[in-house]
Amino acid sequence: MQTELLQQFAELKNNPKAAAISEEGAAFEANLRKHKISADEYKVLKKIVGRAPTLPELGVFSAMWSEHCSYKSSKIHLGKLPTKGPQVVVGPGENAGVIRLSGKLCVAFKMESHNHPSYIEPYQGAATGVGGILRDVFCMGARPVANLNSLRFGQRSHPKTHYLFENVVKGVGDYGNAVGIPTVAGTVSFDKTYDGNILVNAMTCGTIHEDRIFKGFATGVNNLVVYVGSATGRDGIHGASMASDSFSSAQSGERSTVQVGDPFAEKLLLEATLEVLERELVIGLQDMGAAGLTSSSFEMADRAGNGLYLNLDYVPARAQHMTAYELLLSESQERMLMCVEPQKWETLQECLKRWQLPFAIIGLVTDGGRMHIVKDGVLEVDVPVAPLAEQAPRYERPFTLPSRAYSKDQSFRAAIKDASFSELLSSMLLDNGLKDKIYRQYDHHIGNKTILGPEDEGAGLLWLRSDWSDKGDEYVGLAVSTACNERYCAQDPQVGAAQAVAKCFRSIVATGATPLATTDCLNYGNPEDKIVMGQIVAGIDGIAEACRALDTPIVSGNVSLYNTTDGQSIAPTPMIGMVGKHPDIRKAVSAILKKKAHIYWLKPKGSEGSFGGSLLAKVLGKEVSEAVPALDWAAEREAAQWIQELSAADRLEAARDLGTGGLALTLQKMLLPHEFGGTFSLPGSGPANLNELAFGEHSASYILATREALDPASLSFKTLDCHLLGEAVIGSGMKLGGMGLDPKMAQAKALESLSI
Amino acid sequence: MTSKFGATQIGLVQFPGSNCDADCVDAFKRLFQIDLKLIWHEETSLPSALSGLILPGGFSYGDYLRSGALASISPVMQAVKAFAAKGGSVLGVCNGFQVLTESHLLPGALLKNDSRKFICEYAQLAVAPGESLYHRKLKDRTYKVPIAHGEGRYYVDAEGLKKLQANGQILFQYGDEAGVLSADTNPNGAVAHIAGIVSANGRVMGMMPHPERASSELLGSADGTSILEAFLETVG
Repeated sequence: MQTELLQQFAELKNNPKAAAISEEGAAFEANLRKHKISADEYKVLKKIVGRAPTLPELGVFSAMWSEHCSYKSSKIHLGKLPTKGPQVVVGPGENAGVIRLSGKLCVAFKMESHNHPSYIEPYQGAATGVGGILRDVFCMGARPVANLNSLRFGQRSHPKTHYLFENVVKGVGDYGNAVGIPTVAGTVSFDKTYDGNILVNAMTCGTIHEDRIFKGFATGVNNLVVYVGSATGRDGIHGASMASDSFSSAQSGERSTVQVGDPFAEKLLLEATLEVLERELVIGLQDMGAAGLTSSSFEMADRAGNGLYLNLDYVPARAQHMTAYELLLSESQERMLMCVEPQKWETLQECLKRWQLPFAIIGLVTDGGRMHIVKDGVLEVDVPVAPLAEQAPRYERPFTLPSRAYSKDQSFRAAIKDASFSELLSSMLLDNGLKDKIYRQYDHHIGNKTILGPEDEGAGLLWLRSDWSDKGDEYVGLAVSTACNERYCAQDPQVGAAQAVAKCFRSIVATGATPLATTDCLNYGNPEDKIVMGQIVAGIDGIAEACRALDTPIVSGNVSLYNTTDGQSIAPTPMIGMVGKHPDIRKAVSAILKKKAHIYWLKPKGSEGSFGGSLLAKVLGKEVSEAVPALDWAAEREAAQWIQELSAADRLEAARDLGTGGLALTLQKMLLPHEFGGTFSLPGSGPANLNELAFGEHSASYILATREALDPASLSFKTLDCHLLGEAVIGSGMKLGGMGLDPKMAQAKALESLSI
Repeated sequence: MTSKFGATQIGLVQFPGSNCDADCVDAFKRLFQIDLKLIWHEETSLPSALSGLILPGGFSYGDYLRSGALASISPVMQAVKAFAAKGGSVLGVCNGFQVLTESHLLPGALLKNDSRKFICEYAQLAVAPGESLYHRKLKDRTYKVPIAHGEGRYYVDAEGLKKLQANGQILFQYGDEAGVLSADTNPNGAVAHIAGIVSANGRVMGMMPHPERASSELLGSADGTSILEAFLETVG
């Protein structure tokens, strides 16, 4: 096979060349528009190619220069993110980031969006979103151990929400369950900002040995390029550029651009990939993700500074008469490109056969740095590899930073003064209640590692028993969390984004773990709109500030722009994922109470609580002019340190960061699952200010449940106040400042939350 | 540390799409210091020294057809059937249970859950009346063991059910912590709350819940330990 390919390549100059596209008239302009190549970009393209491109070449540029693959609008701002630290082993730029957990035991992780496909075809869109992020992690040689997801839907009453919700959840579940990766944590919310553009963000964490981290290089001239996995069909053509498109509600014929998932093929590909990497059977390997064969081949060649010769006649195809254009741009799922030395081909082949995977040699590594692609004897693509990435467009798009003038909203505070506490609490439970209906559909136990799962309602925690850990670390755990409060981000794109990082940090701290590093998935609207671009810039600033302050560098990420329907962009939603190290999972702390305990409220000194972007404002349907809770890094750090000490001393029955809905909702949700309640006093509260104190939202705040009462003398902090609220006991309702909901009613409302 | 089962040779069948194989290996190693012997689905014979076999959970061959249907006609299942016919002990968990019914090593079938949805949660297993080694070892208490399946609704016709009852072949039923069965304690709509059954000779056992997951209090329950131990005792 190698000889045949070498001969083909040597005689390439005799092959007829595919015709260049026409550069004339309206058809040309339409062609560029369809490929989302601007006139200026076309000029650069022509300079790189040295002539007018062929249609497949235009397709290749369109995909590689799409927002999704090139980060052309965000790249100059992403440089502001902190990416370094002693814990970081592999930072951004690879398929996934890697951090060190203990000894040689490392964790690879990343989050990705699959928003547009999931809106068009929710079941397949969500399923293949999970598949894609799994491959990003296992193609580095990491074995996936946990999935997370963050879902955002339109209002519950929107006619499409029920259908989208049911099918996205089923798609996420069916795929992860079949591959056998536990889904251990996640978030969901419903807001009118997503009526026409839902968000499906999936995150995967995998374990890997520090010395066996694999990167996708196509080195060694004359080495073989091997296609592995499902055959290529016409599904998903232009997925990368679709992901960089906005929607109009009239669009309906887009289904053909949605990929179809096959979790069985993924499972085989996962096992085969890990085996070939473990046995060192390949030189390079790259997932065929967005922009399929195009991006994987260009990226592998580019990293090694080489070229490739590919003959598309050898690509396993699902449909007849597929063109070079289609084969190059299809986003059929569950495929890998491998680079292998000829002497290892025999063994590699045996391994792939054992896993029943289709495979084919489709080309060679060449020198000279050019990509030559042939189909039916016609040279369809002949372009230099390096300039395609080096000269990819970078835009310094104009932006308007959001104004940040806020003041305490006295009229809102006055309006809630006389409202019924129990009615407010009840409508909050209805908005943000129990998530059983979702996570019961996700296998969260498989893998025998889940210490804290979705029913614990906080960060997920996995017990990573491994020979690679340091001695004495046999109970080391990986804490994982994801968050973003879109209401905060709508109110204040910068602080809101920082709060998303802080929220992940707090939920990891609440388990007793130490946060280590961050991934992000930046969901925004149309960057060509100055306001939206300003939100992106502000959001990245906020994330950078928070990651610096909390020592949780960004190691991987994804940008999803053009989340826009009918000209309406979504609220900024920079989804954050974070991982941390738990020193001893035997002392893991859940966010729900399972035994009676003393309940304390920890919050920054003098923190009054805010209603800017609050859940109360949402359920009341009111605009609130206040700032979102202010950032307080000193308090965040002091709180974290104290909670880690309490957890290490095994004094906590439960701990929960004070989230949306303030003290009242957070405490209610901590007590509800195991039917706890109690009579809790709220210092300084009376009938006139109970609602304000109970529902205001805070930074650096937690509810702590301790086995025994804490010595009051020990409750003295530089930046924090800690109040004893009372004792939680089983079987009674929660009374806060004398007010509360009937426990049966609370349970019913919380369950009704996902009856959509 | 050695265990009383240290010399026992137990095989674990791996189908493409099996995904609880590693958890079984983990549990047997951690709980009993037994290294399971992995048996690939293409094998046509089993190692002669084998004294017991496990069919793990997962989605064998993708299970795009009825769960377990393709696995039941795989090469290795001929050998498994021969092994069972000679009185060998076989434990099928989840997809393994589905493979056992599809192979007619156990009666009945596993249908889509009545909710039509995948369910992952803890179940409480009550032990039904019976005289098999499993029954004798496990009776008089309940077991907290997780389920995770989309097709776990055990079905057998009325006559078949009578036979199971008469022979004492029903092993586990979904109940509450006290072992009481009610409509609220049947997660998938299984006939007679059935979660697990044994063959007439008591040597082949299939169950939908995952005992290998309930293998440590730290993971939420250690109740699966006794169930796996009972399997090892049938191996003898």
